[in-house]
Amino acid sequence: MFRLLQVLPLSPIISVSGLNKVYASGLHALKNVNLDIRRGEIFALLGPNGAGKTTLIGTICGLVRPSSGTVTADGHDVVTDYRAARAKIGLVPQELSTDMFETVWNTVSFSRGLFGKPANPGHIERVLRDLSLWDKKDTKIMALSGGMKRRVLIAKALSHEPQVLFLDEPTAGVDVELRRDMWAMIGRLREQGVTIILTTHYIEEAEEMADRIGVIRKGEIILVEEKTTLMAKLGKSRLRVDLKEPLAKVPADLVAWPIDIEDDGHALVYTVDPEHDQAGVAELLRRLVASNIDFKGVETSRSSLEDIFIDLVRERA
Amino acid sequence: MNIHAIRAIYVFELSRTWRTLFQSIASPVLSTSLYFIVFGSAIGSRMETIDGISYGAFIVPGLILLTVLSESVSNASFGIYLPRFTGTIYEVMSAPISVAEILCGYVGAAATKSMILGLIILATARIFVPFEIVHPFWMIAFLVLIAVTFCLFGFVLGIWADGFEKLQIVPLMIITPLTFLGGTFYSISMLPPFWQTVTLFNPIVYLVNGFRWAFYGVADVNVGVSLGMTIIFMLTCIGVIWWMFRTGYRLRQ
Repeated sequence: MFRLLQVLPLSPIISVSGLNKVYASGLHALKNVNLDIRRGEIFALLGPNGAGKTTLIGTICGLVRPSSGTVTADGHDVVTDYRAARAKIGLVPQELSTDMFETVWNTVSFSRGLFGKPANPGHIERVLRDLSLWDKKDTKIMALSGGMKRRVLIAKALSHEPQVLFLDEPTAGVDVELRRDMWAMIGRLREQGVTIILTTHYIEEAEEMADRIGVIRKGEIILVEEKTTLMAKLGKSRLRVDLKEPLAKVPADLVAWPIDIEDDGHALVYTVDPEHDQAGVAELLRRLVASNIDFKGVETSRSSLEDIFIDLVRERA
Repeated sequence: MNIHAIRAIYVFELSRTWRTLFQSIASPVLSTSLYFIVFGSAIGSRMETIDGISYGAFIVPGLILLTVLSESVSNASFGIYLPRFTGTIYEVMSAPISVAEILCGYVGAAATKSMILGLIILATARIFVPFEIVHPFWMIAFLVLIAVTFCLFGFVLGIWADGFEKLQIVPLMIITPLTFLGGTFYSISMLPPFWQTVTLFNPIVYLVNGFRWAFYGVADVNVGVSLGMTIIFMLTCIGVIWWMFRTGYRLRQ
């Protein structure tokens, strides 16, 4: 943790304050959102469908007009000082929106120019090589696979050397191998100092890469936490004891414990709350032995970020 | 000023023209040549002169405008509608670029293409009929002004349209009929008085006559009025575009 704080200066590169978005339909998509994204971090924004993730990203990037509130990118207001703010940001949208008839090289070069940067073939080549697109540079986009098109979108977003990269569902519809490649690429970008904000449905993706996690639900940010803290605080361990003989009910001296009977009495499942004494596991096993309850196996598991996310969203529903 | 962005859009849009060269240039040149063959050479040789100008030469400015107007509207509307349709507009809308710069890129490219077409048709016409241009500077000035104005109009159309049908309806159902009825093939003085008055409500009349004045020094309406009407239409289009971007109309949510 100390090392992380040393590496990541705490000044926010993106600052969202009191942000509201009400669509013409009356849908209140963002409700008083306050959020700071630290320079150089990987921030994962999680939330169920329709939670407001894409609206939030769209507002920061200039695609959605805020109803109220302010957003700054590296200190520049995204509305009043949009030129400076947008120049810092690269966006990879959720949809595979590409110029089908253009070549990879041309479309990526176009993006660089659009963001006000002079031509730099060397940089474009580096980006394409990093994304394994160099061999396809003269290929028309319509001839590429879905995964390759996704890489092209990332290349376009990186063409103007942004300080912040928004990845809206970057690995949606991408095969496992390509997903792993993208994770590696995101890791490399982070090493280069690029701040990355990603939304994803693959919670393992956030678990694998993110420094911090934000959860948005019905337009409200309900939690922002360091990933490790979140998992330590809200994660739960389970101890499953497979019994030799089935039990009809929880033994009397364990009734007060958070223990359930599963598999028709063939297993006892003890849920360990991380905020309480972990020594309970050893005590439980001692009591089972003392009560002459024989067991043939013991298995422990820890809740994933996905379990935590589901619990969080369910709790607030 | 984001010069690199203007250049990127301009080059990108023009490259689309080269990609669809036949559709973009060869097709309008071919159809205009047919007009000259039919109206200029075949029928025109049997027609009387109008204001001392042979019929073949008389229709040259109108025929050039017929193509320039429809191509300006089509090119500019398609240029901005296509990224809206494919979703790539997100990139333009999230880029550090102003409305004026977006217009310079898209409208500049569409107007360039229209003017190139106009000049190609001018050269093609010269093959079929002999004519001299009395005010070459004003001919170019009118061509630029009209091309830019109708590209702006096309840009408005491209933002307004929510389907390809609407993109085609305006050039086909409004621009082409108004151009035909705007004195392209005749002098409005040849019409009965009532229809002369009705024709004066057609804005294309002023464009055709201003352009024809630049060619031959004669026009049915005052050239100052022609110039003024064109500029007013251009400013109106700019005003509508400014409003569209300011409110995010069909561009930003």
